[in-house]
Amino acid sequence: MTAKTAKPKSAPRKPRPARAKSDAYILRLYVAGLTSNSMTALANLKQICEEHLAGRYEIQVIDLLANPRLAQGDQILAIPTLVRKLPVPMRKIIGDLSDTERVLIGLDLQPQERSGS
Amino acid sequence: MTKTRTQLPKTPTGIQGLDEITGGGLPKGRPTLVCGGAGCGKTLLAMEFLVRGATQFHEPGVFMAFEETAKDLTENVASLGFDLKDLIAHKKLAVDYVYLERSEIEETGAYNLEGLFIRLNQAIEAIGAKRVVLDTIESLFSGLPNPLILRAELRRLFRWLKDKGVTAVITGERGDGTLTRQGLEEYVSDCVIVLDHRVTEQVSSRRLRVVKYRGSTHGTNEYPFLIDEDGFSVLPITSLGLQQAASTQRIPTGVDRLDTMLGGAGYYRGSSVLISGTAGTGKSSLAATFVEAACRRGERALYFAFEESPSQILRNMRSIGIDLEPWVKKGRLQFQANRPTFAGLEMHLTTMHKAIQRFRPQVVVVDPVNSFVVGDNETEVKAMLMRLVDFLKMNQITALLTSLTSGGSVLEKTDVAISSLIDTWLLLRDIESGGERNRGLYILKSRGMAHSNQIREFLLTEHGVALRDVYVGPAGVLTGSARVAQEAQEQAAHTARQQEVERRQLELERKRQVLEGQIAAMRAEYEAQAAETLKIIGQEQVREAQLAQERVAMGLSRKADTKPNGHKGHAK
Repeated sequence: MTAKTAKPKSAPRKPRPARAKSDAYILRLYVAGLTSNSMTALANLKQICEEHLAGRYEIQVIDLLANPRLAQGDQILAIPTLVRKLPVPMRKIIGDLSDTERVLIGLDLQPQERSGS
Repeated sequence: MTKTRTQLPKTPTGIQGLDEITGGGLPKGRPTLVCGGAGCGKTLLAMEFLVRGATQFHEPGVFMAFEETAKDLTENVASLGFDLKDLIAHKKLAVDYVYLERSEIEETGAYNLEGLFIRLNQAIEAIGAKRVVLDTIESLFSGLPNPLILRAELRRLFRWLKDKGVTAVITGERGDGTLTRQGLEEYVSDCVIVLDHRVTEQVSSRRLRVVKYRGSTHGTNEYPFLIDEDGFSVLPITSLGLQQAASTQRIPTGVDRLDTMLGGAGYYRGSSVLISGTAGTGKSSLAATFVEAACRRGERALYFAFEESPSQILRNMRSIGIDLEPWVKKGRLQFQANRPTFAGLEMHLTTMHKAIQRFRPQVVVVDPVNSFVVGDNETEVKAMLMRLVDFLKMNQITALLTSLTSGGSVLEKTDVAISSLIDTWLLLRDIESGGERNRGLYILKSRGMAHSNQIREFLLTEHGVALRDVYVGPAGVLTGSARVAQEAQEQAAHTARQQEVERRQLELERKRQVLEGQIAAMRAEYEAQAAETLKIIGQEQVREAQLAQERVAMGLSRKADTKPNGHKGHAK
């Protein structure tokens, strides 16, 4: 599905390719099966990233139904949850990411967006 | 528990007392809500439920902690003897700490708690858990936005837990006017247990109440419980019934004359004996005598002292010739000394229970019971003593309680109104007369035996306790020196009477001797007279004979033809 287009859809960690750049965003989206919420979230995420982080982001989609053990590591309760692994500090954004403004706040992107526009 | 009617299947908690109240445990395969204020023992109850499940019932459990990390939890319950590490290593327990920090979370639209479900499911599947604890799920409300979604998700969670067939314990903080802050009781409606921790007169006590248990009967009272080194215990449920078997066996009191007063044989085994009296009337001494007698018979005695330390009791009893020390050394006598204020009533009750269960005595002394009364907690003390007495009766242990009657109050009344619990009630009282105080003992009641109605003087001698008859005279009851004086007086009177008798006897003897003398003299005189008379008679006869002869001779000489002296008959 559309998830395939995302960069590495990795469950077991893989070396992160976009490591070199210090301002690289590593975003991990936790889903549980292909629910409509999750699909919406992924679509929204991609759109936001393309808009604000073109070229310096990496999205990992983790399906907890396939890898339930991973839920504990990032303390996932809500689905979908987007975890900003990098840059630190880690932030969590829950919900289907339909509130773009809040997603940007969550990703600390709003000021940048403002200056950009 | 053993009901013929089909009851809801239950999961035993293994927690002392709780299974009795709930009639076998928590509803199997359903969630139970445990709520209460901070520090009331919710987490511990939940944890013990899992640990006992894992160790006693082979039911692995999952502990999902929202407030404490696994490490903290492990450390906290280690003091209660629960080795979580070991249980986790053996896959009997899984602890999942859920970390929630509101400030790190941004909500951007619809979400659900599928992540929680997945985590829980994963943990349950991994060890085949039958029991689940969520402690405290309400943290979700502070950690996650959008309560509407949360409520819907919680409803789903509890349904899911039911479908899963696990027995769950969900803890909740007590709210204002509600059982839990978020009204969890709306969702978890099968069984609700409320824990309470209150402080009265600076002494804390913990209570447990089963508010609701759908589809099952349960004890509805508030039950005291405590948390000690063995974990959680709810107490003491044994007093739910009055089915103790009554023994007909008698045991001596240690004072022979008291045995005599009690129908000749002493107390009944397994009965409750109360010794009440004012200060210094010898309650403890009587108790010690009883204990000593029990040890001498080879029984075991447990002495709960709430006013004196064991060594003080030993010293004091030695002064009246009761040496308890050898029995302590032989392990037949054990002292448990505590200040009543040391802990709440429940704590005392439980420690007593535990000590009794460990030591298995035949005789238990509680000295004194009224020291528990602080302020206006009389009803609680009574309830506690009732439980204690019931527990002891159930185990056929003879209980000897002492009670101090405060000066000025009615003697036939104890501070704690426990007289109805008591089978044999001995009253010790001061008898004040002649400028001194003495002790009197009488039996106020003794169920099931013919007992004496007499007051006895109660003496503490160098050889133990002794009972004496009291003198009852026109001046009232005499004891002490008055009794001794009376005794002396009576002795004197007795001696005087005896002397009088002797004197009279002597006089009689003398009279008899005089009389006998007189009789002898008279007899001698009579004999003398008799001899004289006989002599005269003899002489007279001789003379008569001579006369007759002379007359014959004269007749011959005169040729008389008739015989003289009138022999007319012959003449015819």
